[in-house]
Amino acid sequence: MNRLLNVSSSPHVRDQVTTSNIMFDVAIAMLPAAAFGVYQFGLNALIVIIGTVLACVASEYVFEKGMKKPITIADGSAVVTGLILALNMPPDIPVWIPMLGGVFAIIIVKQLYGGLGQNFMNPALAARCFLLISFTNKMTTFTLDGVSGATPLAVLKSGGTVDVAAMFIGRIPGTIGEVSVIALLIGAAYMLWRKVITIRIPAAYLITFTLFIIIFGGHGLDPTFILAHLCGGGLIFGAFFMATDYVTSPITPAGQIIYGVLMGCLTGLFRLFGGSAEGVSYAIILSNVMVPLIEKVTLPKAFGKEGKKA
Amino acid sequence: MGLATFKGGIHPYEGKELSENKPIQVLLPKGDLVFPMAQHIGAPAKPLVKKGDRVLMGQKIGEAGGFISANVICSVSGTVKAVEPRLMVNGSTVMSVVVENDGLDEKIEHFGEDRDYTKLSKDEIREIIKEAGIVGLGGAGFPTNVKLTPKDDSKIDHILVNGAECEPYLTSDYRLMLEEPEKLVGGLKVILRLFDNAKGVIAIEDNKPEAIKKLQELVKGESKIEVCPLKTKYPQGGERSIIYAVTGRKVNSSMLPADAGCIVDNVDTVISIYNAVCKQTPLVRKIITVTGDAVAEPKNFKVRLGTNYQELVDAAGGFKTEPEKIISGGPMMGQALFSLDVPVSKTSSALTCFTKDMVAAQEPTPCIRCGRCVSVCPSRIVPPLMMQAALRGDCERFEKLNGMECMECGSCTYVCPAKRPLTQAFKEMRKTVAANRRKKA
Repeated sequence: MNRLLNVSSSPHVRDQVTTSNIMFDVAIAMLPAAAFGVYQFGLNALIVIIGTVLACVASEYVFEKGMKKPITIADGSAVVTGLILALNMPPDIPVWIPMLGGVFAIIIVKQLYGGLGQNFMNPALAARCFLLISFTNKMTTFTLDGVSGATPLAVLKSGGTVDVAAMFIGRIPGTIGEVSVIALLIGAAYMLWRKVITIRIPAAYLITFTLFIIIFGGHGLDPTFILAHLCGGGLIFGAFFMATDYVTSPITPAGQIIYGVLMGCLTGLFRLFGGSAEGVSYAIILSNVMVPLIEKVTLPKAFGKEGKKA
Repeated sequence: MGLATFKGGIHPYEGKELSENKPIQVLLPKGDLVFPMAQHIGAPAKPLVKKGDRVLMGQKIGEAGGFISANVICSVSGTVKAVEPRLMVNGSTVMSVVVENDGLDEKIEHFGEDRDYTKLSKDEIREIIKEAGIVGLGGAGFPTNVKLTPKDDSKIDHILVNGAECEPYLTSDYRLMLEEPEKLVGGLKVILRLFDNAKGVIAIEDNKPEAIKKLQELVKGESKIEVCPLKTKYPQGGERSIIYAVTGRKVNSSMLPADAGCIVDNVDTVISIYNAVCKQTPLVRKIITVTGDAVAEPKNFKVRLGTNYQELVDAAGGFKTEPEKIISGGPMMGQALFSLDVPVSKTSSALTCFTKDMVAAQEPTPCIRCGRCVSVCPSRIVPPLMMQAALRGDCERFEKLNGMECMECGSCTYVCPAKRPLTQAFKEMRKTVAANRRKKA
């Protein structure tokens, strides 16, 4: 026999799921929210989305080229980062701001820590916080149909009333991708169906947050108040698309629950007692840095060793 | 209530349709036969013959080299051509007896004669199993007589016959259950005779409904034997998985199945016990599935131990496409071969030939911590953290993460979207840790 056979360690078969098709699925899941944003807010929203994604992919390419590392833009992770960041932008923002954020997300938060899988903060969220601090005014001006207005949460905070049905559909001022709860839930259902995410983190997050609002919100079981908090301020977007980021969330099942609970408490704390009406981004980022600790204390017991100390 | 199963696991493409409906075909060896002295777990056997000796079918040519060791039996009659190191399936070179087959199949005295096992004592039965060279034929190769001699016979309450055959592509156990179910039940009765407090459970994955039906009919009148259908899921046939599925008891790496009152034997092992005890036929043959998309006619063969793998491929019509990878065993736990010039051993179960090698086609990329490996791991451990320890060579951390509980089933590596060689790294670490433990001891 003179042909050469491949030899490797078992197993010799692999599942069809790859990193890039997971990222592709996440991108698909964000399309309904992105499409609604463009439909509602118009051309600039589309420019922001395209510009941010391009900035992310380009900075990944340039950095890796410059560092003589393998080019990994095909894995789709930079596209996902770009999309998340873009959907977190106010619709009328000048496109250079989110593009700058994209460069920050990819180079500072992701690549400098070692690239995909090594960053300890969600790059898109870290970039959003960076932009919020740097360009506070532009980042917090929300317009709808040419009129700038307060977001429902801001209205709520100042004691006003809000239209929950409009919030569910998305006829409210806010960032490009966070406004339409129905569009986000369609995307979330798609990710759950494709088994890209499990329900653990979003469920723990949303349930904890709801309880927190009921207990400390001052409105008791008032359904309008609770639903407004659930639908507003990017909570749904954060719970399903940002908190579930693989790299920056715990890998242990029990850890994922604790992580969700932590985010629920922090979000409630920031929204009810903080200076701003929002709080999702900061809650997730702060929880991101807790992940190594959470994992450490939630290592599962090995099969057959449940009774014993590890 | 669902079917009996375990937590975790995967559903790889089964590929069993290629060969599951092909009746077992007897294949007689053409060339020389090679009998490695180490085809089991434990000490190698000592050769009892030398060059030029005439040997008979059924003759012991290798004597167990210790308590945990096994005899090697000649599967044909002929002349010893050499006693020399030969290449084995696992890539190592092992002292082997090479026999030139005279094609006469001249047998030792009493070979194949009936024997009434009810007239034998427990010790006699164990001695016969030992003499017959029987080891765990599911792939582990642990000497069966040792397994059947636990510290306390009376504590054994379950004899599990492992008919899960969860490994993709393999159909040899399935064919045996369909074609020789009486021998399977007969073998189980022999084992039950050794353990007064035990009941026998034949556990079969539910993707083999015909085998389940056939055996259920056969054991209808038996008070101490039942058939337990299992959910089809890999690695259902892993020893710890099957014990948990059937009894709900958990066995970890520092325990033996006997500690949980169980003894698990593979289908072919049980049939070999029947052959040895009731038919005076020692272990001289093996059922091998020759399959994969590169094989012209996938089939199940009954072959003599020591037969060259190349003869199996020829008998299956050769290759219809050039294979890129040939595996002894199934795709999940089998051993990739670089040469077909190796003999069928006691632990051979299949020859799986793939036109394309999936592993070489995919570059490993960074871990994205998706957690798929964690959710499928039947040992409930955390592969990504173990991998970090493995990459640093940190044995202490690896052990702390319960790395030694890994059963090397490959489920984590199968599901990994980043195509990381997890199982491979764990195997190396486990070997190192085990070696260090031996050094300390």
